[in-house]
Amino acid sequence: MAERHPTSDFVVIGGGIVGASIAYGLAKSGEKVLLLDEGDVAFRAARGNLGNVWVQGKGATSHAYADLTRNAANRWGGFAAALQEETGIDLHFRRPGAFYICFSEEELERRSGMMASINEHATVRSEFETVGPEELRRRLPEIGPEIAGATYCPDDGTANPLFLLRALIKAAAGFGATYLPRRKVVSLCRDGEGICIETEAGTFHAGRVVLAAGLGNGKLAPQLGMTAPVRPVRGQIMVTEKVRKFLDFGTNFIRQTVEGGCVFGESSEEAGFDEGTTLSVLRETARRAVTAFPLLRDARVVRAWGALRIMTPDGVPVYQQAPGAGNVFLITVHSGVTLAPFHAGEMAVALRQNRLDPDRYLPFSPERFNVQAA
Amino acid sequence: MNEMVDLAIIGAGPAGMSAACAARACRLSVVLLDEQPSPGGQIYRGIAEARDDRLAAILGKDYAAGEEIYRRFVACGANYRPATTVWRIGPDGLSWISAGRSGELAARRVLVATGAMERPFPSKGWTLPGVMTAGAGQILLKASRLVADGAVFVGCGPLLYLVAHQYLNAGVTVRAILDTAPRENLLPASALLPGALRQPHYIVKGLRMIAALRRSGVRMHRNVRAVSFSGQDRLEAVHWRDRSGEYALECAEAFVHQGVIPNLNMTMSTGCRHAWDEQQLCWRPDLDALGRSSLQWLLVAGDGGGIGGARSAALSGAISALAAAHDLGRLDFTAFERESAPLIAARRRDMAVRPFLDRLYRPAQGFRIPEDEETVICRCEEVTCGDVARAVGEGCPGPNQLKSFTRAGMGPCQGRLCGHTVTETMALLSGRTPQEVGYYRIRTPIKPVTVGDIAGRIENAEQGAQHEQAAAD
Amino acid sequence: MFRPLDDKGGKAVAIEIEGRSQIVPAASNLAAALLSAGFSPFRTTPAGAAPRQPYCMMGVCFDCLVEIDGLPNRQACLETVREGMHVRRQQGAAAIGEKGKAR
Repeated sequence: MAERHPTSDFVVIGGGIVGASIAYGLAKSGEKVLLLDEGDVAFRAARGNLGNVWVQGKGATSHAYADLTRNAANRWGGFAAALQEETGIDLHFRRPGAFYICFSEEELERRSGMMASINEHATVRSEFETVGPEELRRRLPEIGPEIAGATYCPDDGTANPLFLLRALIKAAAGFGATYLPRRKVVSLCRDGEGICIETEAGTFHAGRVVLAAGLGNGKLAPQLGMTAPVRPVRGQIMVTEKVRKFLDFGTNFIRQTVEGGCVFGESSEEAGFDEGTTLSVLRETARRAVTAFPLLRDARVVRAWGALRIMTPDGVPVYQQAPGAGNVFLITVHSGVTLAPFHAGEMAVALRQNRLDPDRYLPFSPERFNVQAA
Repeated sequence: MNEMVDLAIIGAGPAGMSAACAARACRLSVVLLDEQPSPGGQIYRGIAEARDDRLAAILGKDYAAGEEIYRRFVACGANYRPATTVWRIGPDGLSWISAGRSGELAARRVLVATGAMERPFPSKGWTLPGVMTAGAGQILLKASRLVADGAVFVGCGPLLYLVAHQYLNAGVTVRAILDTAPRENLLPASALLPGALRQPHYIVKGLRMIAALRRSGVRMHRNVRAVSFSGQDRLEAVHWRDRSGEYALECAEAFVHQGVIPNLNMTMSTGCRHAWDEQQLCWRPDLDALGRSSLQWLLVAGDGGGIGGARSAALSGAISALAAAHDLGRLDFTAFERESAPLIAARRRDMAVRPFLDRLYRPAQGFRIPEDEETVICRCEEVTCGDVARAVGEGCPGPNQLKSFTRAGMGPCQGRLCGHTVTETMALLSGRTPQEVGYYRIRTPIKPVTVGDIAGRIENAEQGAQHEQAAAD
Repeated sequence: MFRPLDDKGGKAVAIEIEGRSQIVPAASNLAAALLSAGFSPFRTTPAGAAPRQPYCMMGVCFDCLVEIDGLPNRQACLETVREGMHVRRQQGAAAIGEKGKAR
């Protein structure tokens, strides 16, 4: 039985970090927003996230993406403070910088070269340093003897992605947005000037639609004449019980949370929509964690799971406004935590103005894939 | 190279031991892995140890029934691995650790017989040292000959009365029994009594036990509600209400109990289908009459598949082992039917008492879904009922998002002590059924294991290779 | 306070609880031996520093966690005592990496 709901100005499809950031930004600036989400069990990248607000090394192939990331990371402090004031939820945001841990000298050399090359092209500055093994041991006393070194970037930070999601939804609702979970979108079609959205529980009408359904965009976008080139890339992650604080910094594959648990994982697998874990990857992940921080050998793992990254062919976000009518926006990003201030800020403003400036957003158009193919 | 067996059984209680015997009789190769250092499960815990007449008399005849199963199990030829924790199971087999060693075992079929645990008793102060389950009290008596003088027994269900009765038989003082069985249960339960009387020995035993408790002169309160526990650093007093007023009683130990529920994490971790059981108010794996789950390689026997008690557990273990043997082509259909039919019939008879018992001792809602906002639901992360209510108010759709938002279920017990409370509390708050609300997604590892344990095999394999090399030299 | 049902004599072993030697029945369950020795609490929680002691005695509640021979977060209810075993109360989050340093 389909209930008919009143028309909303904006309907954001997808209640993950990306969709919730946009809904929050729109609601905060006075828009009437409906945020449609799946139920309790959804592919939820927030749950497979280390919680890094990560700058270093991003945008190696796209300086526009490097700049986007750097600007967003620079805004994270104020963003987290505002959300905390609005919701009372502490996002555990810290910005002590992060180390990218290299297991071999070759890896360290490659990494340093890549970081230097990004800095040549990006307009927003972000310093980094190459840290040799002895200096690294001074800064991270628990680092293992086999580690060759690290690159360190002071602009990197960490936050709790799960609390971020909760705060975004709560704050959006506080500004008048309606959050409706258990409304997985079944189909979309144009309906006069607007969009008709059929969900598993009710049909909705929107003046404008933001597709922020993560992997779901792959199936939804074509229904409105757009394409979302996106595929799942699995990462297997595990988390330990709370242990005494030993790691204040972020790293590329392991983070100690404010509560004390260590969350780590870095696998990158083409496994379709399978969210499971495999013994071989768990072992390799555990082995690398112990190599990096030998004391972890005695920490107890309480959960291990697979999570699906939302990956575009080049890893760079896709932002696109539907051609013609222009009231549908496609947002496909795997970096929802870092870019949250951007989605809630500049992107929400662009959506309100109903215009993604071609100069600004051309590097993020999915057209780039067609150009490459041709 | 990994070991491969026909049947891997997890759990050495009545179901697991009986399954091992039946599988061996069909000439299956069997490995039985159990977390405890000796067989028996919880119901027959300590069964392998010598008992003097005094302890035997205290524990009673039903406990002694375990000795027969134990003797057959020891002689059956199964490869028994005590003190072994299984931390992962999947279609390719299972991973285990034991005293610092770890390994994998491949099996054609896996039979989970991990039994029951006591239903959580979420109430104010239930985390204080000195508050423990009635089952814990009984384990200390059975396996360690320890007793606590002047304990208060709180709750309802056969195990609570049994342990109190065993204490009295042991000459240990019992401060009081606070019976929380709601009076309203009597009428609906009595309608189920005729069915239960097909197994009169359960009813007779229960009536005798309760009569003995009454005769003993132990202080008893009935229709007890709103139980809470108080104390500075440990339990000092228990508080409650009944129709005549509010009470408090000083005590150092309280044994709490609201019946038992399947110990779910092992089966849940496989992703096999589970369903909410409205009669027993718990989740259980969805099984056919032979204990086969929705996954071809996985069977479940005993209380882990739904509460039936020790006798039914032993029968279901044997039935599932026969089913596994048949499925593996090691027992033809005629033989399977011939051997399983009497067991299935016996189990059906034994289970006849369940609807009555489940209804009579159905825990009142206030003991399953806390009424007080400050009551801790998740003991590990100290998440309260109020925290859950706030998250639901924000639109949190189910236990998994709740886990993300509040950390409920993220601690070392991996949701065991809060999962049912969370399902039922969210169902009540959001006007849905427990089935609609769902349960936590249970992950590997099934029990917490160290990062070193998970990394282990590579080190072990390397060491093994070195040993081989040394031997070759 | 838990006490033995009766004095059965039998073999005993010495374990160390918080640095003090304690004679306990050989092959006894560690959680039972600690309860009987009046060890309380077993741990304090990392979340709120609340005192805890065994609740279930069957391996599901994790409130009996102690540090055994330098290894944190061991379930005392699943351990059997051994001569010379060192048991420490676990205060808050587990201290990892101590064992290697102590050696």
